[in-house]
Amino acid sequence: MSVVGLAATIRSGERTAREVTESALASIERDDASLHAFVDVQIDQALARADSIDAAVARGDDPGVLAGVPLALKDNLCQHGEVTSCASRILEGWRPPYDATVVTKLRAAGVVVVGKTNMDEFAMGSSTENSAFGPTRNPRDPSRVPGGSSGGSAAAVAASMVPLSLGSDTGGSIRQPAALCGVVGVKPTYGLVSRFGLVAFASSLDQIGPFATTVADAAVLLEVIAGHDPMDSTSLPEEAPSLVAHLDDGVEGLTVGLCTDLLDGCDAEVVSAVRRAADVLAAQGAAIVEIAIPELRFGLSAYYLLAPAEASSNLARYDGVRYGVRVEASDVEAMNVATRTAGFGDEVKRRIMLGTYALSAGYFDAYYGQAQRTRTLIIEAFDRAYGQVDLLLGATTPTTAFELGAKIDDPMAMYLSDVCTIPSNLAGHPAMSVPFAQGADGLPIGVQLLGPGRSEERLFRAASVLEAGASS
Amino acid sequence: MAELEPISADEVRHVARLARLALTDDEVERFTEQLGSILGHAADIAALDVASIPPTAHPFGLVNVLRDDVVTASLDRDEVLSQAPKVIEERFGVPRIASEAP
Repeated sequence: MSVVGLAATIRSGERTAREVTESALASIERDDASLHAFVDVQIDQALARADSIDAAVARGDDPGVLAGVPLALKDNLCQHGEVTSCASRILEGWRPPYDATVVTKLRAAGVVVVGKTNMDEFAMGSSTENSAFGPTRNPRDPSRVPGGSSGGSAAAVAASMVPLSLGSDTGGSIRQPAALCGVVGVKPTYGLVSRFGLVAFASSLDQIGPFATTVADAAVLLEVIAGHDPMDSTSLPEEAPSLVAHLDDGVEGLTVGLCTDLLDGCDAEVVSAVRRAADVLAAQGAAIVEIAIPELRFGLSAYYLLAPAEASSNLARYDGVRYGVRVEASDVEAMNVATRTAGFGDEVKRRIMLGTYALSAGYFDAYYGQAQRTRTLIIEAFDRAYGQVDLLLGATTPTTAFELGAKIDDPMAMYLSDVCTIPSNLAGHPAMSVPFAQGADGLPIGVQLLGPGRSEERLFRAASVLEAGASS
Repeated sequence: MAELEPISADEVRHVARLARLALTDDEVERFTEQLGSILGHAADIAALDVASIPPTAHPFGLVNVLRDDVVTASLDRDEVLSQAPKVIEERFGVPRIASEAP
């Protein structure tokens, strides 16, 4: 049943929000001991919230389009009074004094938040193994990672613990775990969804987006959370796009570029899935052209300078003074050092140092400046491509889900799993991963659709066609 | 773009100090190698001639977003302070910064 259908049964009184919430909580209770998708389950709060929705229905009020639908939030989204830790020791136990804008919007739509999901610490990682609270396992094969950094949000939906979740995507952190877990994941246009209350990693790249089991469910959730917010100075000054109304409009007349640079270095079964996806779009009337955008290959290097540079600045705020943990020491600087050294994990330290180095005197132009100019180069290359095609199609990830521990000691190998997702973040463009096939090992393969800024309606139309033609 | 020297252990110690992180000797060795590998990958963009291309800091170039100058509610002081590691007289408490006057 779709989430809108589920909400309709609650709004009509056919089912109660309490029953639906209890069922989600029971599923978490049953499966999460082995998967560890959640870092905090909000049992009492979720049930109280469900009761308030049932009471609203009983009064004849309309609790919203997603009334009573259970949803999980990535642990970097602020909820007033609820633990928000970014899966980091340094924020362990922190209870924000305000709600993220997306949380406010979810409440207005009637959603029931059931808990916070596991993630790579401060969203830095591609496997959820960098969580200070232990890794999440892939529901399709528990010996594999779920991807990351939003691995808990992807796993929670893939394991049917919740029908919806939110993640954040800075270099692929929604799309990559969506692909590895076999669910739909969307990274919206930069600025479409407010970042107010999203704990900052790399502010010019971060964007909140949905996970769902179907394209239609993801569309509803994105409509709910999108739209201008005066609390985010980078919020686009416009209303949420209309996506659901156009889901069945098809791809007739669209030109889709099969991007060879988003296939290079990918496993043969992934390349084959993407080519079959192109055939599905062609069969429904899209014109398919092969297109090379060689500049995209420079995205990885640019990203792994720009994102750490922004992170090194954003994470300077964790100084043991205003929130989070403190390790006491004799003077302020010693306290700052002791707190940060004990509070941050290795990957966060690596990125902070990398970013500090890229911004330091003598290296600023060579690293940070060069990366910013390369970012422009990539945006211009995308712009030329979108002069010829309406959308691009490629792989989301080079491989299916890898084994836990396989890349944890080799940061560069881990970073390479983001090679196909990073360019859209650098350009601020939307992109989504749609489950499309299975690999030889039975693990899901996602294909990625990319579009220019504000092209979500087109992306979702094409995603619907791919979903209908998927072989997974 | 000139060939960049690999990051040295001393430079890792220097950036760790700037970033307020303490590293053991083993960590210095490990991070020097790992950061070297990541920065080595950036040789591909170091080789690009992009001097004539302007830098991008924000994908859509929004600037100077201002709101009307009206008073709105701010965060509750007691609630904010309830999350601080140490509070002294309704303020954030930190170790002494200046020494006693002579």
